[in-house]
Amino acid sequence: MLRYYLKLGMLSIRANPALSALMVAAIGIGIGACMTIMTIQHVMSGNPIPGKSDSLYYVQIDSWDPNNEYNGPNELPEQLTYLDATGIDAAAGDEFRVVWSYKSSRILQPGDGADLPFEVRTRATSFRFFSMFALPFRYGASWDAAADRNREQVVVLSSALNERLFGGGNPVGESVTMNGDVYRVVGVLEPWLPVPKFYDVTNNPYEEPEEAYLPVTVAVAAEHDSAGNTNCWKPFPGGYEAFLNSECIWFQMWAELPTAADKSRFEQLLAAYVEEQKTLGRFPREMHNELSDVMEWMQDNEVVDDDVSVLLGLAFLFLVVCLLNTIGLLLAKVMRRTKDISLRRALGASKQTLFAQYVVEAGLIGIGGGVLGIALTWLGLRGIENLFAGYDFVERLVTMDWVMVLLAVGLAVVSALAAALYPTWRAANVTPASQLRIQ
Amino acid sequence: MELGPIWRSLSKNKAGFLLIALQIAVTMAIMINAVAIMQERARDMGRPSGLDEPNIFALSSTAFVPGMNMRALIDEDLELIRRTPGVIDAIATNSFPLRQGGSSRGFQTEPGTGKDDVGAAVYFTDEHAIETFGLMLVEGSNFAPNEVTWTEEGSDAWAGTVIVSRAFAEALFPDEEGSYVGKTMYVDQAKPVQITGVVETLQAPWKGWDGVERAMLVPQRRDFNFQRYVVRTEPGMRDVVMPQVEEALAQSNRNRIIQSMRTMDEVRYMAYLGDSAMIKMLAFIVTLLLVITGLGIVGLASFNVSRRTRQIGIRRALGATKTQVVRYFQVENFLVSALGIGVGAVLAVALNMLMVNAFSMAPMAWYIVPIAMVVLWSVGQAAVIGPARRASRISPAIATRSG
Repeated sequence: MLRYYLKLGMLSIRANPALSALMVAAIGIGIGACMTIMTIQHVMSGNPIPGKSDSLYYVQIDSWDPNNEYNGPNELPEQLTYLDATGIDAAAGDEFRVVWSYKSSRILQPGDGADLPFEVRTRATSFRFFSMFALPFRYGASWDAAADRNREQVVVLSSALNERLFGGGNPVGESVTMNGDVYRVVGVLEPWLPVPKFYDVTNNPYEEPEEAYLPVTVAVAAEHDSAGNTNCWKPFPGGYEAFLNSECIWFQMWAELPTAADKSRFEQLLAAYVEEQKTLGRFPREMHNELSDVMEWMQDNEVVDDDVSVLLGLAFLFLVVCLLNTIGLLLAKVMRRTKDISLRRALGASKQTLFAQYVVEAGLIGIGGGVLGIALTWLGLRGIENLFAGYDFVERLVTMDWVMVLLAVGLAVVSALAAALYPTWRAANVTPASQLRIQ
Repeated sequence: MELGPIWRSLSKNKAGFLLIALQIAVTMAIMINAVAIMQERARDMGRPSGLDEPNIFALSSTAFVPGMNMRALIDEDLELIRRTPGVIDAIATNSFPLRQGGSSRGFQTEPGTGKDDVGAAVYFTDEHAIETFGLMLVEGSNFAPNEVTWTEEGSDAWAGTVIVSRAFAEALFPDEEGSYVGKTMYVDQAKPVQITGVVETLQAPWKGWDGVERAMLVPQRRDFNFQRYVVRTEPGMRDVVMPQVEEALAQSNRNRIIQSMRTMDEVRYMAYLGDSAMIKMLAFIVTLLLVITGLGIVGLASFNVSRRTRQIGIRRALGATKTQVVRYFQVENFLVSALGIGVGAVLAVALNMLMVNAFSMAPMAWYIVPIAMVVLWSVGQAAVIGPARRASRISPAIATRSG
């Protein structure tokens, strides 16, 4: 039976090529607009670390100005001071896995002088960073706890930087000079590109990860400036020492807390820490600590741009217009064929038969619209890539995966069927022989 | 007028006409809000930075050998740049308008903690800044060379005098009518700072900040390893001077790297890239939407014409002129559009209120609504004219045929 309906559907589509093309085009364009924006939204709101996103928590405490909230009501500072990063780390000891880091930059001086010095983006952190965020190693491994403690001048290179410096070979044990300081290479990463760059979203959440990683103890001792956001509320006297002891926030801290029990113990630890600091005259505001897992933290920071949400809403309304259009056209088509239908009814076709026939026809149009929609989505993404060509991260946001392709076809068929419901119902309800009187 | 027959025919195909009306309504809601967003972005993009943008470029110098004499290097660099033919003036500064990164401070009218303050972007630079940026000094005077001091990295020293943008002065002293020059304010809750000059316009580096018009020049030079140079050239000389300056600086000292060389035009382009892309995407959506709605109207009207062929033939046979037939379809479309536009206006306002709440957008300008009405009515009339003409060509003889 289905084959017969398919044949009828094709016939009917071919009988009205202009009208059918208009319907396919309307659905295709609506789907294309929606899917283009949905693809970008899908990538932007993706889970950057699927296996661990529930057990990694971003740490926030309210160390801010007693007179002014950080950024509006109930908003916590999004980073930590040096005092608190080191203080919480010390309190956590070996009981909890805690990582704190900041973004910086160094000037790398290639050894043989053939290449000119160039800037590398660095991340100053502790040895646990690599295992906590599951960074893949190509050569060597992370440095160890002792290296952090003893301020050893060690570095882990990104795959790209290793390519540039050592031609992709194994440089473990070699040395690298940055700003006159010599670092020993202990490891090289495989290409690693979390989208968004979840471990530090206080800066651009879509930029590439840093090119070199070094112990935060080394970076602080050598006074590497933060290349990320630094915010202060309390004036402090001059000098780097005073800056370290200031209320300026510039560190991001994560804790790995696999169970609910771990989380509640860590919450207690934070509360105890803040209480202790209050006795020392810090934390003038009411205690407010927060632990957010990866996806919560992405949402808090609105890593999905407002513009994308606006466009997504408008694109859906656009699809609604396209569907209204399709409903109108399908209805027109049915009305034009009332004579056919009433003749078929008079000859014994049941309501169900007619309903099935028109649903199959709408399904065909939906599939056509879906295929066109995928093509238009691809075009739309290329267009957006073009519009944003100035941002080097745009190419990471405009990639379509299979999920999106299937979603496009699914959405198209569902929309076409939804659009077909009313006209089909009208068709099935044409009374037998009602239109035959004139003949 | 043939309102009677039109009304009867409308009520015969209620669903079809309601669908078109609804389609027009949603189209109108999208269109109005898209245009409101486009307008807001275009307005932001049109704000002047205060700088002579076409003739300015910037670059950075990062020294990487420890223990360099930065003060000497900065002086040599600036001297070298200013000597280059075609250069009007140059400065070292921590940031500049449209750069999207920089420093800001809070300023208050009385010393002490817990006082209200007004934030402003601070540009640490020297007496060449007004000439280099091309700012218009409307009050007071430029810094004297001996007002400019050096500060070390990490120092909390603050200059005693500043030149502020007019918008900042107005925000900090809202009740002041006369001159802002000579007014004292406090930074870091305690340190007094006197306004010695006011410039007409000087933007902060962040285009998305609601205090973007509030900025000031601070006569302090900072001897950090990282320096940002801004250069203003004579008109038309920028592209000639840029590579010369880059090359000369790179050659003059090998213990630093020169990078991030960009014209102000490029800086502006990057700052507003998201907004200009948004404008283009929305314009595209609105155009497509109008086309689709137009095609929908064409489709429905064609269908109506073919369904009513006999009826039109009879009317023609009874003496209706071609013009009357065309007019009939036009009036019909006008009425359907009116329904859609009426509902659409309500939808558009509701959607706008939603977006103003959710995305802190500015509410739309009222006049977009009547403009959108006219546009949609015109699209409807343009779409219906083809099928209506076809209807008018139906021969009266058709009435004599049956079926």
